[in-house]
Amino acid sequence: MTQPVVTHLDLCGTRVKLMRAGQGAPLLFLRGADASDDWRPFLDDLAGRFDVIVPEHPGFGGEVRPDWLDRIADYANYYLDVIDALGLDHVHLAGHGMGGWIAAELASRSTRKLASLTLVDAQGIYVDGVDTIDTFLRTEEDGVRDLFHDEKLGAAELERRLTPETEDVRLNNQVVIAQTTWQPRGYDPHLRKWLHRIDIPTLIVWGENDRLLPQAYAHDWGRLIPGARVEIVANCGHVPQIEKPAEFVRLVEAFAKAQRVAA
Amino acid sequence: MKIFNFHLMPYAHADLDAIKRLGTSWMTYPNSYYDPKKGADLYHEYLDQLEFADELGFDGVAVNEHHQTAYGLMPTPGVLAGALARRIKNGKLAILGRALPLVNNPLVIAEEFAILDNLTRGNFIAGFVRGIGVEYHTMGMNPAESQARFNEAHDLIIQAWTRPGPFAFEGKYYKFKYVNPWPRPYQDPHPPIFTPSSGSLSTIRWSAQRRYTYCQTLAPIAAVAQTFKLYREEAEKAGYQATPDQLAWSNAIYVAESDEKALRDVRPHLEAYANEFLTRNPVMMAPPGYTSVESIKRMRAIKGFMGQRSTAEDMIARGIVIVGSPNTVREKLAAYQDMAGFGISLTKTQFGTMPHKMVQENQIAIAREVLPYFKDRLPQPVKAAAE
Repeated sequence: MTQPVVTHLDLCGTRVKLMRAGQGAPLLFLRGADASDDWRPFLDDLAGRFDVIVPEHPGFGGEVRPDWLDRIADYANYYLDVIDALGLDHVHLAGHGMGGWIAAELASRSTRKLASLTLVDAQGIYVDGVDTIDTFLRTEEDGVRDLFHDEKLGAAELERRLTPETEDVRLNNQVVIAQTTWQPRGYDPHLRKWLHRIDIPTLIVWGENDRLLPQAYAHDWGRLIPGARVEIVANCGHVPQIEKPAEFVRLVEAFAKAQRVAA
Repeated sequence: MKIFNFHLMPYAHADLDAIKRLGTSWMTYPNSYYDPKKGADLYHEYLDQLEFADELGFDGVAVNEHHQTAYGLMPTPGVLAGALARRIKNGKLAILGRALPLVNNPLVIAEEFAILDNLTRGNFIAGFVRGIGVEYHTMGMNPAESQARFNEAHDLIIQAWTRPGPFAFEGKYYKFKYVNPWPRPYQDPHPPIFTPSSGSLSTIRWSAQRRYTYCQTLAPIAAVAQTFKLYREEAEKAGYQATPDQLAWSNAIYVAESDEKALRDVRPHLEAYANEFLTRNPVMMAPPGYTSVESIKRMRAIKGFMGQRSTAEDMIARGIVIVGSPNTVREKLAAYQDMAGFGISLTKTQFGTMPHKMVQENQIAIAREVLPYFKDRLPQPVKAAAE
């Protein structure tokens, strides 16, 4: 497995931790609320083709919550600054869950430095009449199980994630997640109004059996972002990059490749 | 000691089996279980009880605020306090308290409390709370902002009561071009402020620094004593000595002819209160940011405790409630006052499913057998001091 290089960037009075590995076009991957600090195999695979950059969201991982952080849009503005500070251009921006919400907010503000956008089971919009799970009413154990379609995988993830050593970090992460996503629950009513501004190739990847945000969400994202392509991953829950890593990587790579060919 | 009659106004006709089945009497206990005809009768009985308490010589009456629950039917306590304001002739009228972070505009609380202070001609007590965890679900407020909103709403209300208006207020959460509420409070500079809490150190410190009366919600007397000791220490750090009237203990008292009869009478109502009306999903109760990470870890460590049913004997033995003959109740209340050093007892005379007639008999017994003995009683030094 590749060992990512860990660096820190000081920006807006906040130190952000970056994990980085691979070569090629930059791929900025924004993790979801279930973010664990480790470098998962799918990132390795992506690093074979991209310069993969994974930040630890400010306030996560036991870091102090920044003064500027009140809502998801604050993260979007912050990562626009991060892209500039790193001197990145033609960035493939991808985000999962809460990270997808950040990515969509970011892209609705400016796509100047972006090559493409990939949203994976992303939060950020509300679809009327679709049952979702209120993650804030789940125990930590149920919260992990909810993520996966394959119960065995859920049990394995439970074991690797809910260790006593990480309890403080997990509980502190929850505070940041509540701060940014509690009300309205997991979306910003203003985001949907501006998604039409996203003028770069966009891929929506979604687990067929996502219980947190059912498939209907994928199709709504697809309608809201001009020209977006929707790919449903079969037999898969909320986290395709962990539950179906090979298929996830294939979709992301094929999408990037198609863009190059088109260009 | 001042003894207030405190009411939760529970929906006494709640379906206890349904609560057991659903595991909660809060938020997700469907309101289809509420029968408005029965509920209307309860409101009138409960208001009658509080008016009766005033006639009987209690030092005050108190209501509080909870949302979406059979535990208490007072989501807007100002309405109930308003109904009482012209009837309470002798004692104080208190709302303990209003949850400041749960409203988008805390000026409505400044206005509501100022009206009540005028209506009672200065006999109103203003309680400020954050609301319990589940209320951040039911009211759609961000629990991670609870403490900061509470602090800012408090500052806004105090300024609204004390600074000549109109003035502008620019906070992080509340921004008003014009702050100039009519009426102003009757009391100068404003009504006394009580701060009920389950015992978080930050609230105790905050309250002691401002010389607000701290009210400890239902807890075993040993824990209450510990909490009040912390308050006195915080007061000393702030450069003054706290007086007993800055400490209020919230309890429940039931008096009957004998200890045996009292226990027999009270058991179903007290156990319904402790086991059904208080039932709630622990996750619901501890939204992230509302409770400190340390407290959540403590709660997780004792999670087995939550699952256990309380018995009346257990609640009596731990000094959460006082039940017994007049003599027993007097002895225990005096011993607890000496042990914990409080000057105010916020006493529920109705709890759980307890019916109207039984409550009135209890109120009469307390008025006759307890109140006169505690009229000017102060905490006495104890030999083997709890401290």
